Amino acid sequence: MTAVRPGMTEQAGGGPKRVLRLAGITKRFGPLLANDAISLDLHEGEVLALLGENGAGKTTLMNILFGHYMADEGYVEAFGRRLAPASPKAALAAGIGMVHQHFTLADNLSVLDNVVVGTESLWRPWSDRGAGRRRLLELGTRFGLKVDPDAQVASLSVGERQRVEILKALYRDARILILDEPTAVLTPQESAGLFETLRRLTADGLAVVFISHKMHEVFSASDTVAVLRGGRLVATRRTAETDRAELAELMVGRAVKPPTSAPMAAGEPVLALSGVTVRSEDGRALLDRLDLTILRHQVIGIAGVSGNGQAALAELVSGLVAPESGTVTLLNAPVEGADPAGMVRRGVARIPEDRHATGLVGGMAVWENLIAERYRDPAFSRFGVLRRGVARRHAEEVIRAFDVRGAGPDTRTQLLSGGNMQKLILGRTLAHGPHLILASQPTRGLDIGAVSYVHGRLLEARAAGAGVLLISEDLDEILALSDMLAVIHHGRLTPLMPRESVSIQQLGLLMAGQWEGVLDGAPHGARETVS
Amino acid sequence: MLLEPRTHVPALARILAPLGAVAAALALCALLVAWAGAPVLRAYGLLLEGAVGSRFALTETLTRATPLILTGLAAAVAFRAKLWNIGAEGQLYMGALAAVALGGGLLDLPAWLLLPLVLLAGAAAGGVTLLGPAVLKVRFGVDEVVTTLLLNFVILLFVSMLLEGALKDPMGMGWPQSAPVLPEAELPKLLERTRLHAGLAIALVLALALWLIDARTVWGYENRAVGANPRAAAFAGISVTRVMLRTALLSGGLAGLAGAAEVTGLRGYLTLDLSPGFGYAGIVVAMLAQLHPVGAVGAAVFIAGLFVGADAMSRAMPVPNYIADVLVAASLLCMLVAGLLTRYRLRRG
Amino acid sequence: MAEIFDLLVSAAFWTATLRIATPYILGTLGELVCERAGVLNLGIEGIMTLGAMAGWMAVYQGADLWTGVAVAALCGGLLGLLHAGLTVPLGLSQHVAGIGVTLLGTSLSYFVYRLVLPQASTPPTIEPFQPLPIPGLSDIPVLGPALFSQTALTYLALLLVGLVAYVLYRTPVGLALRMVGENPAAAEAQGLSVTGLRVGAVVAGSALMGLAGSFLTLSAFNAFFFNMVNGRGWICIALVVFASWQPGKALLGALLFAAFDAFQLRLQQITGGVLPYQLFLMLPYLLSILALVLMSRRAAYPRALMIPYRKGER
Repeated sequence: MTAVRPGMTEQAGGGPKRVLRLAGITKRFGPLLANDAISLDLHEGEVLALLGENGAGKTTLMNILFGHYMADEGYVEAFGRRLAPASPKAALAAGIGMVHQHFTLADNLSVLDNVVVGTESLWRPWSDRGAGRRRLLELGTRFGLKVDPDAQVASLSVGERQRVEILKALYRDARILILDEPTAVLTPQESAGLFETLRRLTADGLAVVFISHKMHEVFSASDTVAVLRGGRLVATRRTAETDRAELAELMVGRAVKPPTSAPMAAGEPVLALSGVTVRSEDGRALLDRLDLTILRHQVIGIAGVSGNGQAALAELVSGLVAPESGTVTLLNAPVEGADPAGMVRRGVARIPEDRHATGLVGGMAVWENLIAERYRDPAFSRFGVLRRGVARRHAEEVIRAFDVRGAGPDTRTQLLSGGNMQKLILGRTLAHGPHLILASQPTRGLDIGAVSYVHGRLLEARAAGAGVLLISEDLDEILALSDMLAVIHHGRLTPLMPRESVSIQQLGLLMAGQWEGVLDGAPHGARETVS
Repeated sequence: MLLEPRTHVPALARILAPLGAVAAALALCALLVAWAGAPVLRAYGLLLEGAVGSRFALTETLTRATPLILTGLAAAVAFRAKLWNIGAEGQLYMGALAAVALGGGLLDLPAWLLLPLVLLAGAAAGGVTLLGPAVLKVRFGVDEVVTTLLLNFVILLFVSMLLEGALKDPMGMGWPQSAPVLPEAELPKLLERTRLHAGLAIALVLALALWLIDARTVWGYENRAVGANPRAAAFAGISVTRVMLRTALLSGGLAGLAGAAEVTGLRGYLTLDLSPGFGYAGIVVAMLAQLHPVGAVGAAVFIAGLFVGADAMSRAMPVPNYIADVLVAASLLCMLVAGLLTRYRLRRG
Repeated sequence: MAEIFDLLVSAAFWTATLRIATPYILGTLGELVCERAGVLNLGIEGIMTLGAMAGWMAVYQGADLWTGVAVAALCGGLLGLLHAGLTVPLGLSQHVAGIGVTLLGTSLSYFVYRLVLPQASTPPTIEPFQPLPIPGLSDIPVLGPALFSQTALTYLALLLVGLVAYVLYRTPVGLALRMVGENPAAAEAQGLSVTGLRVGAVVAGSALMGLAGSFLTLSAFNAFFFNMVNGRGWICIALVVFASWQPGKALLGALLFAAFDAFQLRLQQITGGVLPYQLFLMLPYLLSILALVLMSRRAAYPRALMIPYRKGER
């Protein structure tokens, strides 16, 4: 039960004032029922956790609340007034602020620009930037959200960007704050800081909705928890009156047994990076003298806050970029230059970070995507002519073997769900018995069934003798699958550490770049590698 | 109002879309015809008659369609790979230039050797012309739309310079025109007493060949993948640079061939008015055909018919023949919308 | 060499430079406004043509010069509305739609001109804007006549540079416009209408392009010719890149470009037929390509340029 704090408006019926009401929200995307008659209340000073698996409809619901989408049925009421549908402007005016999962900031503009844009009447002949700056600084001090108003957003860290997003809402006097998966991109320590900020805000009378699929966050930050499953609201509970077991059952609705990684003796090296440096076009070091060896029967997890070189590491192992210096050795033979097709031929299975942008060609058919890495293989083309019949039959096999739902060989891939797209990529890449698997954010945005499917396939491949390089921003995933792990920060990699030897707190510090002190106790002469 | 992607696009819709677009364009331009003070139905009737109403009209339309098929194919193959070649006009002139330079007496060879050589040289000249902007695009990220457009002007000035200089016909009575190509370098006529020449046959064969390449071969596969999603194509191991450069050679080559065929099949010599905007009209051809090589044939005949028919119509009525250009532009814009409606459905909210 | 030096310090040279620069300044500003909001407007060539024809035609039919200018801007804005309608709410290819608008603007101009004047072998003329010396200032040596004895439209172009820069960097609507060109989703999340801002920017930018066209027929010349715009629109697009999407640099780029153009005209006279005149005429286009190549690498382009934004798209 939310404690009624002094200064809060009491309603006639006792208890804090209701500030937000969602009534019977229904939303369809084509055949998919994303939200099914969802009704929810939110009160002053309350932190409501919206818990649910990926695909449960949480983000859709919040996007309707904030006016990005229009509900097919139902309405939103804020402070007793109905909101105009599909209008972020109306939501903002009603005092609703939203912190999107993918930040909505313009990199090339300053923090102040990003905060004040749209707050003044558009046709004012000048903007009052002095007043804007003062107010921003004042809010920053009051809520402990310090940022430099004149910094370019491009130069900010992920945590700082989130602060700017929250300040954007506060600047507009938001009384209701929605945060979509706010901790997904933060270190554990930053997450704790965020929850501290939320407590200050609710003490000030704000109401907060935060979306999450992580149980421990619900317990550390929320007063109330609403559980969504398959587009329906299955339960609302006082956080203090429920427990993990109940929530887990409500959230999943069925028993999903996560695949477990049994200890296994590692084999010979499949990939060795030695002193590898990769630079961006403007000369910044994206990877800085990296050393890493992956053995057969081994999952190596790379943890880190996004934007610390993960993308460059994945591109390197995918064969998209060549290192400026250092050596890459694959199965005891050197890798020269950038040659993605060559990496595939040599037994590297590559699962890219972004299924839509790099994994698949959305406008092409399933069979065409499935041969994308091997269309020059004599199996699929002869004398430059595609063997379409063979390719189609191959597609049918992969669809069967990898349980791709709702697709035939001629289906355009953009029509598939995220989970089925990922299965296609797995089918394309794992069907050929790889020696090395690069799995870059392999389960991002997938629902729990698809997650455990992907994890199961990765572990199967490990058992069959592949080495797996798992790059993930999801610490839970890293901890669940890895035999050894390392943390990447500013392009530098810590030495490998056995999974059992590190705590979450230590990982958080490493992810934040505070290697001093943490690595002192680490084995294998970590210090010299790091300094 | 939201646009929602259709899960299934019926084949019929793909055929109806250009027809609907053309109908819409005709309806819109009827306002202009009426403004000009001409009875709309009669004007369009005369236009149709002038385009296909007689054997002569039909062969004229097909003659006009020949370069349009080729520039349409040039635009289609380039756009398919998202190489925005707007320079077909310039490439066409480069092809024509190469044809008159080689075919005008520089080489003294038998016809079976000279003609293919001249046509190939035209194609090569066009291809190399587009290679420059394509290299700038893949190497330096320079937008090829602007470079190809600007090159059109440079090339026209270059041709003008040569026609008043090195290539000027000494027998041309001072006109800026080239010497005629040798008889051995002339494309044969397809029909007696018409202007229809073998360029049409070449264009038709190329359209068919490009269709097969696009649908059946590794090359076509690579082109489509790069056009639809270059990042994913590169990730899978397709060299985007190679595909771009290859497409540039092919696209420019087709436009260059259009110029060479006009010179060797129709005009016999090169002047600065060789092309009344075939290069730009090719873009419209490609879009009406939805980038389909065989569709480009139909679209080219349609647009050629508009031009030929409008000439005939404007002789009988006070409607300037620029109505054809307006119709072409309007068709393109309507086609964009029609294409959208086949791919998306409009949905409330 | 001495001749070249004399040329560079002559008032006539700089007067010509500013005159030549005027349509580039206006066109570049127009394109810049569109692109800052995230929309490439390849309709510029056709819009300038229509502006040139419509402005001239209005004056030829008896309207006064300023009404002609307004008509040109209005016609430009209307074609801009067409381009915006296709590319913003419908999200169609900005390349192809722009080419379509150029084809439409050009063909429509020729059609209307021929319709009104069916057989004009020598183009009829109007009385164009006259140079308007600003008392006092125009007497300053060299700079005076160059800067202060231009026609009214040139002064207007210079004023508009300042105005566009002020609006973009100092007003709420300018910030909103830049935001829409950088990250439309962010703009929408701040309650702004992406569609409204983009359409508005394209219409306003296109009106400037129409203005640029009208300068050709109402100030630089006194008649309308076919092919009169002659690639100036495309050069403006290159100038926008050269100017890194900044109004001040756009002015600088247009002046540099025009100075070069004026210079090559004089050079052509000085060299007197030793080299083919076409070589000189090619230079502006080649120079534009060169500018594109030099600037493309480091250009700080608007991040959402050419990317359609569809509300609520997943």
